[in-house]
Amino acid sequence: MVASIIFILLFIAGTIFFTINVRKVIRNIRLGKELDRNDQPGERLKVTTLVALGQKKMFDKPIPAILHLFLYTAFVITQIELIEIICDGISGTHRVFRPSLGGFYTFIVSFIEILSVLAFIGTIAFLSRRNLLKVPRLVKNELNGWPKLDANMILIAEFTLICFIFMMNGADEILYSRGLSHAKDLGDGTFGFAISNKIAPVLFGGLNEHALHIVERIGWWGHILMVFGFLNYLPYSKHFHIVLAFPNVYYSNLNPFGKFTNLESVTNEVKAIMDPSFTPPPANPDQPMRFGAKDVTDLTWKQLLDAYSCTECGRCTSECPANITGKLLSPRKIMMSTRDRLEDIGKNIDANGTFKEDGKSLLGDYITTEELWACTSCNACVQACPVNIDPLSIIMDMRRYIVMEQSAAPTELNGVFTNIENNGAPWQFSQADRLNWKNE
Amino acid sequence: MEVLKVSTMAECMANGETPEILFWVGCAGSFDDRAKKVTKAIVKILNHANVKFAVLGTEESCNGDPAKRAGNEFLFQMQAMNNIMVLNGYNVKKIVTGCPHCFNTLKNEYPSLGGNYEVMHHTQLLQELLNSGRIKIEGGSFKGKKITFHDPCYLGRGNGVYEAPREVIVNLDAELAEMKRSKTHGLCCGAGGAQMFKEAEKGNKEINVERTEEALALQPDVIAVGCPFCNTMMTDGVKHFNKEQSVKVLDVAELIVQANDL
Repeated sequence: MVASIIFILLFIAGTIFFTINVRKVIRNIRLGKELDRNDQPGERLKVTTLVALGQKKMFDKPIPAILHLFLYTAFVITQIELIEIICDGISGTHRVFRPSLGGFYTFIVSFIEILSVLAFIGTIAFLSRRNLLKVPRLVKNELNGWPKLDANMILIAEFTLICFIFMMNGADEILYSRGLSHAKDLGDGTFGFAISNKIAPVLFGGLNEHALHIVERIGWWGHILMVFGFLNYLPYSKHFHIVLAFPNVYYSNLNPFGKFTNLESVTNEVKAIMDPSFTPPPANPDQPMRFGAKDVTDLTWKQLLDAYSCTECGRCTSECPANITGKLLSPRKIMMSTRDRLEDIGKNIDANGTFKEDGKSLLGDYITTEELWACTSCNACVQACPVNIDPLSIIMDMRRYIVMEQSAAPTELNGVFTNIENNGAPWQFSQADRLNWKNE
Repeated sequence: MEVLKVSTMAECMANGETPEILFWVGCAGSFDDRAKKVTKAIVKILNHANVKFAVLGTEESCNGDPAKRAGNEFLFQMQAMNNIMVLNGYNVKKIVTGCPHCFNTLKNEYPSLGGNYEVMHHTQLLQELLNSGRIKIEGGSFKGKKITFHDPCYLGRGNGVYEAPREVIVNLDAELAEMKRSKTHGLCCGAGGAQMFKEAEKGNKEINVERTEEALALQPDVIAVGCPFCNTMMTDGVKHFNKEQSVKVLDVAELIVQANDL
């Protein structure tokens, strides 16, 4: 009874806290500019099925893809057991689904256990890749400090969670075989769970009834406390990708990668120059007109969703020609900086009610021009991202601000602009000489 | 001095002719000495295949790609709208470009500004001409030679065209050797995003050197390209490794011209 009350209070607190934090993330994403991505629902569902559910792009690198698949499927399937834990926790029952599901129950739990073993291997492999093997993309400079700690904490939490599952099921197996489990005795002598049935006698066989009940409860409470903790850690972590990957892929850019946006505000200006009778549509007084992006609020909501969906795997950076050749640019860092800036703005709003000018901006304080000018716009980062994040669009929007609002392009490029304007070519050749090749 | 048969749209219009395709030469193809050879190669193939084509000549202007990728959206749209006015004035329906940057911009970024055309990259047209039998590879100068193809970003990843240039190479009876980073994983030559026109940012290696190193590791006879900027970058890369005697950097169009002795 007391346990049920504690459980219900924790459940409510965990849910409320999670909701509050998720709402903050949604509010932050909505600080972005409008963009319509509701077209082609059929195509979007297809992309979501292949890329998000089916992990298609992950398999460009098969080893981490398989390890990740272990964790992903284990995570998804374990939710079934979680439903039972929540039911048991609220009503004070023990393994409430078992009497009605019978053999199917054994099958499901066994399935979860097998996936948990695979996930166990996955977490150890991932921890090794980060900390022992030091896979280059997982130890780059931009991960120093919090991002590295964040990554390791998630893996250790997953590892611990799996241990709790086997404590819970394993101790219960022994108790059941001795007729001491709180689960309803169906007269079959054993639960028959695929893994605990084998390892429990080795791990817990020597314990007495009292100790077994303690181990089982530690496993059960440990599991559910980890879940509540994990849930509320997500909005602060890169690990939020487990939720946001799905909407992020659904709202992917469906155009060819080579197609960049044509700024409508510019189109109106250009049309007005070329055709004096053209009247541009009235400007929205709520949105001050600015060409390109100086700060995160100049980006679209999708670009901000991208930032929250990034799990910092670094596949983008490992394919980036600029990064490969030692330049400062890292597409992953572009996404991390965008999120950092957005979170800082969110905290500012939390503290002051509305945003209080802090004298900072994404350009300059979080991302430098040196990074932006190193990009070759080759789309390797966009192609590499397993959840269809588009770092290139942010780079381009910031270049637009630098060039059109600050007139601060590199000198050589200013020369190119002058040439294009005056002679219709990036070099200083006369347009009248354009067909000379014919007779050379 | 060889005289090439090239008509301009203005001439066609004056003669009451309607060419089946407009050849968009591009700035590099018009002014860069190396790229001009590719332009001529494309012209020779088009004439050889009896394709009725024309160029804009002095009415052509930069498509705006370097301005757009450098962030100067204003200049890009000025260029685009002026070009669209010219193209629509001639009622152009179909365009072939000699450059993936022109190709991408005309195909993807002109429509919302009022320019709607069927746009092909020259390797796509070459593939089409080969498939329809309008050109045949007769000579065998590349038979058994090892050729690797360097994917231009704006043709490959940018627009998903990976097979057209490769099919042409396979038609030469050449051995097509793939670099590890090819197709969707192709490594940029380093020129895109207006980098062609500026010094690279500080780093520990030039991108074209990194890429050429990868190509040379295959010990190819030819590094095939489909873009004037890749051509420059890879040619410079080959020179960097002092390999210009043994390894040629050639556009896919030049391969056909050389194989057929056009």
